[in-house]
Amino acid sequence: MTAPGPERFDLIVIGAGPAGASAATEADRAGLRVLLLDEQPAAGGQIYRPLPAEFSPREGRAPGPDLRAGAALRAALAGSGAEARFRRRVWHLARGFSVFALGPDGVERYAAPALLVAAGTHERVIAFPGWTLPGVIGLAGATVLLKSQQVLPGERVVVAGAGPLLGAVAAGILKGGGRVVACVDLASPAEWMRLAPAAGLRPDLWGQAAGWTAAFLRGRVPLYPRHAVVEARGPGRVAEVCIAPVGGDGAPRADAPVRVLRADSLCVGHGLVPATEMTRALGAEHLYRPDEGGWIARRDACLRTSVERLYVAGDGAGIAGAVPAALRGRLAALAAARDLGRLAEAEFARKAAPVRRRLARTAAFGAAVARLMALRPGLARTVSRDTLVCRCEDLTRAEIEDAIGEGAREINQLKSWTRCGMGPCQGRMCGETVASLMAARVGSREAVGQWTARPPFRPVDFEALTGDFTYDHLPFPPTAPA
Amino acid sequence: MRIENAVARGRPVTIHVDGTPVGAFAGESIATALLAAGIRRLRESPRAREPRGMFCAMGACQECVVRVDGRAVTACTEPVRDGLSISLVDAGR
Repeated sequence: MTAPGPERFDLIVIGAGPAGASAATEADRAGLRVLLLDEQPAAGGQIYRPLPAEFSPREGRAPGPDLRAGAALRAALAGSGAEARFRRRVWHLARGFSVFALGPDGVERYAAPALLVAAGTHERVIAFPGWTLPGVIGLAGATVLLKSQQVLPGERVVVAGAGPLLGAVAAGILKGGGRVVACVDLASPAEWMRLAPAAGLRPDLWGQAAGWTAAFLRGRVPLYPRHAVVEARGPGRVAEVCIAPVGGDGAPRADAPVRVLRADSLCVGHGLVPATEMTRALGAEHLYRPDEGGWIARRDACLRTSVERLYVAGDGAGIAGAVPAALRGRLAALAAARDLGRLAEAEFARKAAPVRRRLARTAAFGAAVARLMALRPGLARTVSRDTLVCRCEDLTRAEIEDAIGEGAREINQLKSWTRCGMGPCQGRMCGETVASLMAARVGSREAVGQWTARPPFRPVDFEALTGDFTYDHLPFPPTAPA
Repeated sequence: MRIENAVARGRPVTIHVDGTPVGAFAGESIATALLAAGIRRLRESPRAREPRGMFCAMGACQECVVRVDGRAVTACTEPVRDGLSISLVDAGR
């Protein structure tokens, strides 16, 4: 039996968030045969995630701005000729490009001369004692529970960390009838005010900020600016959350008074980290850019990476927010059409110019928000020695520090020695804490390096990969007569 | 715990968690159904043997892995189906 060949396209786009879905729509307009793949059942990414298909909005309830923007994105995609396939987990990529996905009916193989990775982000949560307790969840995950699943994370919730997700989660809990025990913000009011000049070009954002403020006042939410969670306590699940004042670098001040809050849920996030495993696996060059979330693929103004005909867009190409993500997706699609010889230079320039102009207008605010969510180095420095850092392998800070003390000088060496980052999350949850700790010892994040990306990018079910396999299917040559 | 004022959910379904029936609604993930039922502890960590639950809620961290018909799935990405039989994973068993 021979396996069927891959299904061929001009351009394959991975990730159907604002960047990927806009890119697919634009590429189709430029005349490319384009395939869009995503793990979710619908386009929109995490920011514009729709309600489950089985849910329906109640009469008279106006959809929020994110639901409206998501609906517009999905309508444009559906109206295009782009082939969109959902519930697809891309688990391996090869240059050229070959794309290996796992779908509802098993293994799928695709091929295209151009590939756009719009894989989004995962959340940075720097470890603290008790962060592994049930009831502690990420802020980004909390937005999914609130917006899409329509469930509260708890009865008494502490919302903590950095950036606009704080406001989104706290306001979402209040709107859903829940109780926010405290909003614990790493940033100072002055840091938030620095967004104001950049937000001046985006009146929609002023409305959102005003809405949050009103909701906080109505809900009487205690605000703790320049504070951080220093411990979550059980037993067995979150029962108490301890917070303390911090400096601008996120480190609790010496002799800082600790306040203990009673809560059954803690939603916490310290910013977003671009998901780069796919571009790393394909050998693209990456740069450490803390103001854009961390390591990102090196890219030119049209989102071309250092690998020919490999493009990046969206927050996975550097944190910038949903509106710039969509514009960068369109620009990458136009660049791909041009590089494939399907769009003449003049036509490319004509189509790209207005997208670039809009990008220039929105980029300042995106950059300001990304800076608010950038890693604060003081957070990791205060992790206690017996705090678990690697959740998958149950490794403490002491075990990691010991390995560094014994000579591990680079993150993959540490991985080989301790199994840190080798578990099912592949270093996505511990990576920022570990790299911060290591950078303090070896000098810089560049010296620490990045995890080596290897397939499968996410755990896959081996049975699904092999399908209905029997040894009779293997084309063994007949054995030679004895 | 479920937000009642904004949406009409899918039809009611019943899932079985280590043999105990738990009510849920079509469209919910297994993790949502368990959260709404007050079940936070989904597994035990492999070495320290500490309780763990849903953490990233978007399929990246693998902390919410449960078994469905013997298959390991992330509870936060797997939708409920009527009659679904779930077992919570304890390391080493």
